[in-house]
Amino acid sequence: MLLSRLMNVIDLLDKDQQKASVPVFRSGDTVKVYSKVIEGGKERIQMFEGVVTVRKGGGAHESITVRRVAHGVGVEKSFLLHSPRVERIEVSKRGVVRRSRLYYLTEKVGKAARIKEKKAVR
Amino acid sequence: MKNILGRKVGMTSVFTENGRSVPVTVIEAGPCTVVERKTAEKHGYDAVSLAFGAVKKGRVSSALAGHYKKNGAEPKRHVREFRTGIEGAEAGATVTAADFEAGDRVDVVGISKGHGFAGGIKRHNFSGGGASHGSMIHRQPASNGDTNAGRVPKGARRPGHYGVDRTTHQNLEVVRADAERNVLLLRGPVPGAKNGLVIVRATVKPGCKPAQGAK
Repeated sequence: MLLSRLMNVIDLLDKDQQKASVPVFRSGDTVKVYSKVIEGGKERIQMFEGVVTVRKGGGAHESITVRRVAHGVGVEKSFLLHSPRVERIEVSKRGVVRRSRLYYLTEKVGKAARIKEKKAVR
Repeated sequence: MKNILGRKVGMTSVFTENGRSVPVTVIEAGPCTVVERKTAEKHGYDAVSLAFGAVKKGRVSSALAGHYKKNGAEPKRHVREFRTGIEGAEAGATVTAADFEAGDRVDVVGISKGHGFAGGIKRHNFSGGGASHGSMIHRQPASNGDTNAGRVPKGARRPGHYGVDRTTHQNLEVVRADAERNVLLLRGPVPGAKNGLVIVRATVKPGCKPAQGAK
């Protein structure tokens, strides 16, 4: 009995911290991440929109990396999906990609960095 | 009393109230029973002995079984004495994770993981030699010191058995104390393998400030 409890404590902690629901999306999709930022002692919500290039980890440790090109400069931000600082995530576009981690996007500029959009399934 | 025995469950990370993700070691701490209260008058020193962990009846030596019986305590797997921070502990009392709270600073004693017969690089953080360009000294300890002395000085760091030592990690922060699950979450790593016995006690480091990111 002791052993079975030992095996579970970490799983339980993990479950405790997971959010009830996270929208369904995968790498290649374009998402809007609304995260809380503290600026000058005040908290506000900041939106970051871009392509999900990496989605990794499991349980409460799952994280995503979102990439966007801002003023000609590539910016990548990673978020812990279940972090209380990540307020919510909205999926704005579905992309068609053939791998799970889009590291190749970092080297691509302009037209080559486009991702085909998935047509909505009826 | 901020002393307890526990079992290392493993590591994970949790989110604190301000949204930070901190690495923690999960320790199944207690419940421990106070088997004996030793006093300076009777035993020559002050101490409290705590017992922890379920054990089959036949596994307790009769000497120890008699000791438990004398003190009216249930036999447990591990017994350890604590000599600091023992005010208000009476024999027969129970110590649980509830005696700790988030933000407390503790020292943790464990038996470090065994590395077998290890070389100087792993055991003493030697630098090692070059890998190529005819170096010929790769992971060797190289010089043993003064050749005029004609002997190796005492205490010279050499390859040898590494690990399985009693190791204390001081000044760890308690991130969370969960009395319901008998679980302590300590920030950072703790010596020893999973399922190893760990001794948690209030830190001896004086006037330590709370860690960054603590509430």
